[in-house]
Amino acid sequence: MSSHTHHGALAHQFEDLTQQREVASLGMWLFLVTEILFFGGLFLVYSVYRSWYPAAFTAGSHELLVWAGTTNTVVLITSSLTMALAVHAAETGNRRALILLLLATMALGCVFLGIKSYEYWTEYIEHHIPAHGFEFQKEYFFQAQIFFSLYFVMTGLHALHMIIGLGIMSVMVWMSWRGKITPEYPNPIEVSGLYWHFVDIVWIFLFPLLYLIGRHVH
Amino acid sequence: MPAQHTPHTSAAPARHYLNDGYGIKSWLLTRDHKRIALLYLVGVTFFFFVGGAFAVLIRLELATPAGDLVSDDTYNKLFTMHGVMMVFFFLIPSIPAVLGNFLVPIMIGAKDLAFPKLNLASWYIYMLGGLFTLWALVNGGVDTGWTFYTPFSTVSSTTNVIPTAVGIFITGFSSILTGLNFIVTIHKMRAPGMTWFRMPLFLWSMYATSIIFVLGTPVIAITLALVAVERLFHLGFFDPRYGGDPVLFQHMFWFYSHPAVYIMVLPAMGVVSELVAAGCRKEVYGYKFVAFASVAIAVLSFLVWGHHMFVAGESVYAAMIFSILSFFVAIPSAVKVFNWTATMYRGSVSWETPMLYSYGFIGLFTIGGLTGLFLAAVGVDVHVTDTYFIIAHFHYIMVGGAIMGYLGGLHFWWPKMTGRLYNEGLAKLSAGIIFIGFNLTFFPQFVLGYLGMPRRYHAYPPDFQVLNVLSSAGASILGIGYLIPMCYLMWSLRYGPLAGSNPWGAVGLEWTTTSPPPTENFEHPPTVDWEPYDYPSVQGAEPRVV
Repeated sequence: MSSHTHHGALAHQFEDLTQQREVASLGMWLFLVTEILFFGGLFLVYSVYRSWYPAAFTAGSHELLVWAGTTNTVVLITSSLTMALAVHAAETGNRRALILLLLATMALGCVFLGIKSYEYWTEYIEHHIPAHGFEFQKEYFFQAQIFFSLYFVMTGLHALHMIIGLGIMSVMVWMSWRGKITPEYPNPIEVSGLYWHFVDIVWIFLFPLLYLIGRHVH
Repeated sequence: MPAQHTPHTSAAPARHYLNDGYGIKSWLLTRDHKRIALLYLVGVTFFFFVGGAFAVLIRLELATPAGDLVSDDTYNKLFTMHGVMMVFFFLIPSIPAVLGNFLVPIMIGAKDLAFPKLNLASWYIYMLGGLFTLWALVNGGVDTGWTFYTPFSTVSSTTNVIPTAVGIFITGFSSILTGLNFIVTIHKMRAPGMTWFRMPLFLWSMYATSIIFVLGTPVIAITLALVAVERLFHLGFFDPRYGGDPVLFQHMFWFYSHPAVYIMVLPAMGVVSELVAAGCRKEVYGYKFVAFASVAIAVLSFLVWGHHMFVAGESVYAAMIFSILSFFVAIPSAVKVFNWTATMYRGSVSWETPMLYSYGFIGLFTIGGLTGLFLAAVGVDVHVTDTYFIIAHFHYIMVGGAIMGYLGGLHFWWPKMTGRLYNEGLAKLSAGIIFIGFNLTFFPQFVLGYLGMPRRYHAYPPDFQVLNVLSSAGASILGIGYLIPMCYLMWSLRYGPLAGSNPWGAVGLEWTTTSPPPTENFEHPPTVDWEPYDYPSVQGAEPRVV
């Protein structure tokens, strides 16, 4: 360890905090690359079946609650704003603002999950759960099940990432509360922010692909 | 110059990573990449012998034409368990997680990997996934083959598909974390003066392997997750009865699983580059070509998956393109083989154990690679699809290539890892036994496959018996060959002579520190001002160190 830097947050394998910060950032970017490939498999399956069964996908899409999806899009974009401001607060050492912005981000994440749960409930009531009492117009019965299977797997995986994100944010609030985040060491907030923005961006792709198919005809 | 930098010292260092803390906790909670490498060594060795036990049962069954030792259902489970164990829990982690973990930070002159805690976590994830899968395999087994083809895996099979898929899914995260760790470490943690083109070629191959880990593994994860979800909730992603497409599963599966083959062989290529240079006391011929060949193989690996599906209803145009792209892989592979050979030309070629494994690797990889070209040609592939020709081909790559490289590397760096020398006579003997046993096991399978014996059957026509008996006899020799190193390497831990810091007279940062190295790898953080494989300078003298 270099003798001139004795910051408490400097891990033993690094020379200085700059190196540590670059490493944390590159590590998270690489992790997000793996996440893109992970979701990418689902987007591939979606693309194949949408191109095979466009009419069934349109019919399935029209059963979703557009107002709920739209609201959730706004909620998530707002949460990205509060997250970006939280990173700024961490870098400038404004601890009070940092904690409040993190809590705001978490609250918006909870609103998203609440609306999402309501949608799932509606779809359960309307018998749109594939292979479990599924009801749909006869000509699209099987193909629409593929649409709804994809809908549940894709939004479910996204919601799982949101829940993990809320867990990460709780740790960040705790770390900020304990004063472990400083302008020299904002790394945890920065990389958590990268993750949060990524989860938002996945939704930005999911929303039009699932909710808005064929809307322009009407 | 500090004493520990002198080659051929016989004194053991007073302080090193092995005596820096004792007790089970100092190992299970360690963040030292060298100790984690040894934890991985224990893990992969265990799963290797588990997978090997299944292979023994397969070869015993095939010693006679009748299906008399095990039932057909049991046989299906045996080859599945052999494949799952060997591919996911031995071959993929073997060189990266054991040798890579130990060497990557030392070779670039760093104190540790970029993320030591993640590194330890990756070992726990690996062991959790491995033991979970082992439990699923022992407690009922799975019979789909390691490829989990749908709709058999999602609809027909009544065996433990979901638990096995979950185990592989879990273990995938250990691959992802290892790859991520290596890429970040190589980018950000190199010692002053260690430029990209001064890195040992082993690091180039680790980097290329890590790219595949990071880009490929998530795809198999989501694919197996879809299989599990489809099976659990009766969805129809890959079920033609509900409008799904089983071939789509194969596309997604092979998009990872073909690159996975290069996860197995690229690290072995990196090991062989180091071994050949040290064994010939020469700079590797065409360093940059060998380095970029690793990257080229990693890139091409993602463009050839369709050659597994020539008979699966793929369009003829897709088949032609995948065929041509598969031929392209031969170019960087051949560059490597030619460059190793050119390195040996007029080198002071040694016959020590690591070199014996390198000779084995180069010869067997060449056979495995050339038969791969047969299979890349659509016409030949249609003829030998699902025959023993395929089995022989990929075992030449995975056993003849990857395991030879792994064993060669393990012998080469064993003195560095443990500070002790093994018995050279026994090591040479077992290298010979492994080479003979390997060829006797797998060469007859080329003939069997070409004659039309299909894979995955527990009984066969009596005409094939002679070749099958040869193969089973070879497998027993191979098994003995694998057991001997277990014994003398364990023996060397206690009774082996002290190795000294540089028993091979090799160059590279790992040979400038003590054997075993201190916890922080180097007494003084190194600075590099020499080119890689700077061999003439070591002749009769010590390697150049700062």
